Amino acid sequence: MERKLKHVAVPSSEITPKSLYLSRRDWLKAMGIVSAAALLAACLPQRGQTPLETEAGGGSGPAPSDELGDPANTFDEITHYNNYYEFSTDKQAVNPLSANFRAAPWAVEVGGLVHKPKTYSLEDLLRFEQVERVYRLRCVEAWSMVIPWTGFELNRLLAEVEPMTGARYVKFTALYDPEQFPGQRSPFYPWPYTEGLRLDEAMHRLTLIATGLYGEVLPNPNGAPLRLVVPWKYGFKSIKAIVRIELTEEQPATLWNTIAPHEYGFYSNVNPQVDHPRWSQRTERRIGELGRRETLMFNGYGEEVASLYAGMDLRVNY
Amino acid sequence: MLGWLPLALLLFDALAGRLSANPIQEVEQRLGRTALYFLLASLAVTPLTTLTGWRALPPRRRALGLYAFLYAGLHFATFVALDYGFDLPEILRLTGEKPFILVGFSAGFLLVPLAITSFDHFVRKMGKRWKRLHRFVYIIAPLVIVHYGWAKKGDLFALRGDILQPLLWGMLVLLLLVLRLPAVRKWVSHLRQKITSVKSV
Repeated sequence: MERKLKHVAVPSSEITPKSLYLSRRDWLKAMGIVSAAALLAACLPQRGQTPLETEAGGGSGPAPSDELGDPANTFDEITHYNNYYEFSTDKQAVNPLSANFRAAPWAVEVGGLVHKPKTYSLEDLLRFEQVERVYRLRCVEAWSMVIPWTGFELNRLLAEVEPMTGARYVKFTALYDPEQFPGQRSPFYPWPYTEGLRLDEAMHRLTLIATGLYGEVLPNPNGAPLRLVVPWKYGFKSIKAIVRIELTEEQPATLWNTIAPHEYGFYSNVNPQVDHPRWSQRTERRIGELGRRETLMFNGYGEEVASLYAGMDLRVNY
Repeated sequence: MLGWLPLALLLFDALAGRLSANPIQEVEQRLGRTALYFLLASLAVTPLTTLTGWRALPPRRRALGLYAFLYAGLHFATFVALDYGFDLPEILRLTGEKPFILVGFSAGFLLVPLAITSFDHFVRKMGKRWKRLHRFVYIIAPLVIVHYGWAKKGDLFALRGDILQPLLWGMLVLLLLVLRLPAVRKWVSHLRQKITSVKSV
């Protein structure tokens, strides 16, 4: 109950109520294939949209879709197929195992090379302007989803703590709590989960700290109460259940890069031209589809983010 | 008969919509794991017989091996047909560039002559050569473990990442192979005879 109330801080105009999503889905189901044409019309992409404009979902617009016109995956798909190794390596086991996760109260310590370090409560963070973004998520295992997040741009938080001139990277640390996270009892991982971004990547407008999904409080299997979302990078960069954000001078160690550096680079930008030793990154399966799709450079966000990597050899900096 | 159970369960789960949000991958991986289990079961027959002296197992070994072949074949068919939609150029490219797929292919390929020669006719006709041919399973099983371990996120050889299952199954394969070494085998059956003779006194 209490956690639901926290979302009062979100401007209601920003968020499509779940009841609307649901009724829309029921409606779509009821229509079936009889009115396939009408259905298609309703889902037509709004051409000329940018990833930033998908936030203007509104209450009466069409079902959520990304700026390329692909519909969002269902709430059920997004919350029952999760890579969250702190709970389990079995994607379907994460949902039941995370049912009793204590996402409140929560505090995030923001520090390192900043002028105004501060420990934020979840309530504090929800005061940053909450936006709705429909982003593609591309897993390094070559599957993908379209997900309607709510959250705030990380740059808002970083601006408030005022990075020092020497700060070049942002390091994220997830909760370490083997009592709640059975997977953290496994000795094969350097727990806790850590991730990192270059400061300019972290300041980018697309980089989101998600606090919600489908207009609801972020569900536990998706990294409650807050997780990073960097849509042009492979999913594992989007660290869940963040408890610490530090600005650093040196490139921080990240969990998967520590485990297998030749496979998981620091940047891990979605890149169909740089192959992974086990999964081909040329194609992907969109959850809910049978065939495979071509994987897009920077997961389709090249227009917004390619300039961040101008002059860099992305084969070396994979 | 029991060998069809995993397939029945798979069909049941498919009809009940319980194959996760990514059913093709789920089917592919479950078939692969099932093939591994049958292969391990077939490899366990000889050591178990040595250990227990129980004679009921050896006649079942052929069935176990053939089920392993069946599920490996279905695993492969899922990869080719469902996962990659018969996109042969892409599949060949993948096999060339992904060691874990190449290793899986090799293991499956090596299983074919074993399955073909499993009929009584060949057992009789080939004699000693049949035994030699079927010892290929000692190569196939480690290949399957490497295929499985490499398909997981992590580094099997550095003991990092999601490698617990391939590691445990790999240790079992190692154990089953070591138990076959003539010296070990002799020692084990010696031990068993000692125990039974003590019991009978």
